[in-house]
Amino acid sequence: MAPDTPITPELVASHGLKPDEYERILKLIGREPSITELGIFSAMWNEHCSYKSSKKWLRTLPTKGARVIQGPGENAGVVDIGDGLCVVFKMESHNHPSFIEPYQGAATGVGGILRDVFTMGARPIAAMNALRFGSPDHPKTRHLVAGVVAGVGGYGNSFGVPTVGGEVNFHPRYDGNCLVNAFAAGLARTDAIFYSKAEGVGLPVVYLGAKTGRDGVGGATMASAEFDDSIEEKRPTVQVGDPFTEKCLLEACLELMGTGAVIAIQDMGAAGLTCSAVEMGAKGDLGIRLDLEKVPVRETRMTPYEMMLSESQERMLMVLKPEKREEAEAIFRKWGLDFAIVGETTDDLRFRILFEGKEVANLPIKQLGDEAPEYDRPWVEPKAPAELKPVDLSRHDVADALLKLLASPDLCSRRWVYEQYDTLIQGNSLQRPGGDAGVVRVDGHARKALAFSSDVNPRYCEADPYRGGAQAVAECWRNLCAVGALPLAATDNLNFGNPEKPEIMGQFVKAVEGIGEACRALDFPIVSGNVSLYNETHGRAILPTPTIGGVGLIEDRTRTARIAFAGSNLAILLVGAPPAWGTHLGQSSFAREILKSEAGAPPPVDLAHEKRAGDFVRGLIAAGTTTSVHDCSDGGLAVALAEMAMASGIGATVPGLVDADPVAALFGEDQGRYLVAVSRSEVEAVQEKAEKAGLFAPWIGTTGGETLALGKARALPIAELTIAHESWFPSYMAGTGTGAAAAA
Amino acid sequence: MNTAVVLLPGLNRDRDMIAALTAITGKAPKTVWQTETALPQADLVVVPGGFSFGDYLRCGAIAARSPVMRAVAEAAGKGVPVLGVCNGFQILCEAGLLPGALMRNTSLRFVCREVKLSVANAATRFTAAYAKDQVIRCPVAHHDGNFFADAETLKRIEGENQVVFRYAEGTNPNGAINDIAGIVSAKGNVLGLMPHPENLVEPEHGGTDGRGIFESVLGLGPAKAAA
Repeated sequence: MAPDTPITPELVASHGLKPDEYERILKLIGREPSITELGIFSAMWNEHCSYKSSKKWLRTLPTKGARVIQGPGENAGVVDIGDGLCVVFKMESHNHPSFIEPYQGAATGVGGILRDVFTMGARPIAAMNALRFGSPDHPKTRHLVAGVVAGVGGYGNSFGVPTVGGEVNFHPRYDGNCLVNAFAAGLARTDAIFYSKAEGVGLPVVYLGAKTGRDGVGGATMASAEFDDSIEEKRPTVQVGDPFTEKCLLEACLELMGTGAVIAIQDMGAAGLTCSAVEMGAKGDLGIRLDLEKVPVRETRMTPYEMMLSESQERMLMVLKPEKREEAEAIFRKWGLDFAIVGETTDDLRFRILFEGKEVANLPIKQLGDEAPEYDRPWVEPKAPAELKPVDLSRHDVADALLKLLASPDLCSRRWVYEQYDTLIQGNSLQRPGGDAGVVRVDGHARKALAFSSDVNPRYCEADPYRGGAQAVAECWRNLCAVGALPLAATDNLNFGNPEKPEIMGQFVKAVEGIGEACRALDFPIVSGNVSLYNETHGRAILPTPTIGGVGLIEDRTRTARIAFAGSNLAILLVGAPPAWGTHLGQSSFAREILKSEAGAPPPVDLAHEKRAGDFVRGLIAAGTTTSVHDCSDGGLAVALAEMAMASGIGATVPGLVDADPVAALFGEDQGRYLVAVSRSEVEAVQEKAEKAGLFAPWIGTTGGETLALGKARALPIAELTIAHESWFPSYMAGTGTGAAAAA
Repeated sequence: MNTAVVLLPGLNRDRDMIAALTAITGKAPKTVWQTETALPQADLVVVPGGFSFGDYLRCGAIAARSPVMRAVAEAAGKGVPVLGVCNGFQILCEAGLLPGALMRNTSLRFVCREVKLSVANAATRFTAAYAKDQVIRCPVAHHDGNFFADAETLKRIEGENQVVFRYAEGTNPNGAINDIAGIVSAKGNVLGLMPHPENLVEPEHGGTDGRGIFESVLGLGPAKAAA
C-alpha cells in the first residue's frame, strides 16, 4: 500500500473495520487517517488484539490468589512456586493460520507462545498442545493432522522445549476450522521478571531479533474474520517460523536481561511492531516515536504500512537503559541477531511514525491500546440439549464396547502424535504424555516438580456451555491432583464462533461463567489466556472449545502417582464415586461411539465434591499410600481401568457391580472420580479416612493377571486392549484406516 | 577429570550434556564457543545434540565448518576422546571425523522414544563398562538418524569393528543400515551415536543405562560387568 492510497469505504471494510468503528476513528483524530494509520487501527482494534467482544466477560474471571504474581494483561501469567522461583505460563491459539497452512501455522503458534514466556525472563521448560480436527473422514483432515503435528514438533524440537502433554480430538464441527492451542511454561526467579510497561521519557526503543519482511501482513485481521472460499488467497498472511533464530533470541534475551539493561520488553506477535510499541507505550502512559528507516528489513522497498503490519517472527521490542547500549549490542551480535535503536519514548502520549523524513502516522496511543473499543454484544441463553433417548443397554456387550472405544479416534493412543515431539529434552521430564498430567522437575531444585494438563470436552460445552466450562476447569484440576500436584493456577484459551451471533455470544458468556465458578470453587485462578472468535466457515461454527491449561506444584517429587498399576494384588478403590458408582451416559463417549448419539446433558459438576475428592487423593499420594492414580473422564470407569492396565502390563479383575447396570456403571462419565490402587491392608484405613472426608470410596476390584475382567464380560487380554488402543492413529495416518475407506 | 562441551548456535541438548557430565564427574565441563580456535585441556570433548544453525542445510553441514570444529579435529588427531551425540554425530560425519552419513528417518518424521541398543563392540574406550552384546535402554530424539555408508565403507567399518551400538530387538527407529546406532573412528577415539545417553544417567531419568559410556571413557565407575 503506497502512503498516498486514498481511503475508500471498501478499503475500510477490507481492514475488518465496521462503519461505526471508522466513524469512531474519524471523531478520535478529527481527520481522515492515512493508509498507514488505517492499518494501525485495523491491527489494534481487531478482535484478536483488542478483545473487544470478550473483555466485559473476561473481567468476571478470578485472577488473583496468594501465589499469583502477575495475572492477565502481560505476555504471560506468573505464579510463585516458593524458594524465590516462579512459573510463567500462557496458552494461545493459532487456529486460522494453521487451517490455511498447517505446518507453518502450528509452528509459529508454538514460537509465539514460547516468546511470550521468555519475554518475561523465564526459560521455557514445558509445552503442551491442544489440537482439534474435523472428522477423520473429511478429505482435509489427514493433511491437517500431519502438517500441524509436524509443525508443532518442528518448532518445539528445534527450539529445545519438551512437549509434555496435550489433547487431540476429532469432530465434524472442526471440518472447516481446526484448532491449534499452544501452551508454554517457563521458570524464572521472582526477582527477575520482566514486564512490557515502558518507563522513562527519551529512552531508546530497541528492535531485537530477526529482520522484518512482508510475511504475515494483516495476519491478526485475518484471524478476526470468518472463512469462506477465498481462504487459499489468505496463505500470504501466514508467517514463516524460524526456530533457530528463536533459540538464539532466547539465549540472547536471557543474557541481556542478566545485564540489567532492560527497562521494558515486549515480543512482536500479532500485529508485530504496531502492537508491541503501542502496548509498551500505553501501559507506561508514554508516547512512542518510531523511525522506520532504522528497522532492519529483509526485503527492499517496504512501505511503512507493511513494516507496521508485518508479522515476521522472532522479533522483540525493548526499552533500553542507554548506558548499557554497548554491552547489550555485543550480546546480540554474538548470537547473530539484529539490534537497532528504532525510536524513543516520549511524553506526548502520541504514537508517531516517521519514514523518509515524513510523519506517516500520528495517533493517540491510549485509544489505540488500553482504551480500544469494547462491545456488550447481545446474547441469548443456550438451548437445553435434546434428551438422550432411553435405550436397552443390556444388548451391548461390555468387552466389545470397550475395545471399540479404545480404538475410537478420540480415545485411542496418541503415540503417533507425541513421538514426533521431543518429550525429554532438558532431562527433567518425570512424566511424559500418556498419563493424567505431564510432570517436569524444577531444574536445580532438590524436591520440587511442576505438573501440567490441558483439558476441555467440547461436546459437553456444546450441550451445556456453563456446565462444560466448569467441567473443563474441574477436569484439568483433577488431572493435576491425580499426579499428586497442588493445582496453582490456569490459563484459558477460549475458542468460539462469530460473537456477532447472539447464540454464539450466549455460549461464550455461559462458558466463561462456568469457568469462573469452577475456578473460584477450586481456588484455581486464571492468570493468562487468549480468546479466538470467528472460528466459522460458511457460517458454521466450531464446537465451543474453552481449553483450560493448568499448572500444579509437587512439593516432593518422590511422592507422585502415575496411571500405571504399581503392582499385582492391589485393591482398586473408586474414590469420589456416587452410591451407584456413576451412571451418567449423556454426552458420553459411549453414547457417541456406540449409541451414535450426541444427545443428552453432560454430567453434572459438583465443585465442592471435586474439591474434597481432589484434596483427599492428593493427600493419599503425599502420604505415600498410593502411587497409582487415574482420573475417570472420557469413556468412564472401563476406559480408565484399561488405560491403567495397558500402562503397567498388569491386569485387573473388577467383579459385579452392586445394584448397577454394568454398561452405565462402566461407561458413565460422572465427574469427580479417581481410581486409586492401594495395598489391600490399607483399604480399611483409606475408606475410613474417605468417609471422614465425606467421600465414598468403594473397593471395586483387584490388580493382577494378564487380562482385564469387568463383571460378567469376557476377560480381555492386555495385549488385545493394547492393539485396539495403538492401531487407529498409525493406520489412519498411513491411509489404511477408517478415514481412507470413507473418503475413497 | 576435565571435560569440554562445544557450543554452537542452535544446539539445544548442551544443557542436558553439561548436567550429565557434571553429575558424573562432579565437575562442570568447560564450554567452548563456536568462534574459538583452541580447546582447553580435556579428557573428553563432547559435541552435543540439537539443530546447529537450524540444520536448514544438511544436518551439521554448516557447524562442521565452524572454527571450533577445526580445533576438535586437531584434538581428535592427537587422540583426545571425542563424543558426538545426535546432531554432534551428524557434525562429526560432516567434518570427516567419522565415516558415513545420517539421512532422514525412513518415516520422514521426527521420532522421540526409547529404544534398545546392543553393545556391538565392548572393547572400545567408550564401552568398557558394558559387556559385548549387552542390551541397554536409551532414548532417541531425531529427524535425521538414518545411518548410511556405501558398500565399501560399510564393509570396512563392520570389518574393523567400528560399529559400537546397534538398535536391538526390532527397535531401529530410523531405518539405519545394519541397525547402526553408533560408530567409532578407525583410531577408536571418536564416537558418534544418535541416541541420547545423557538423558539416561540418573534414577529420576528412569534409569542409568547411559552412564556407562561416560564412565568408560573417563575411567570412572564400577568395573566391567561380567559377560
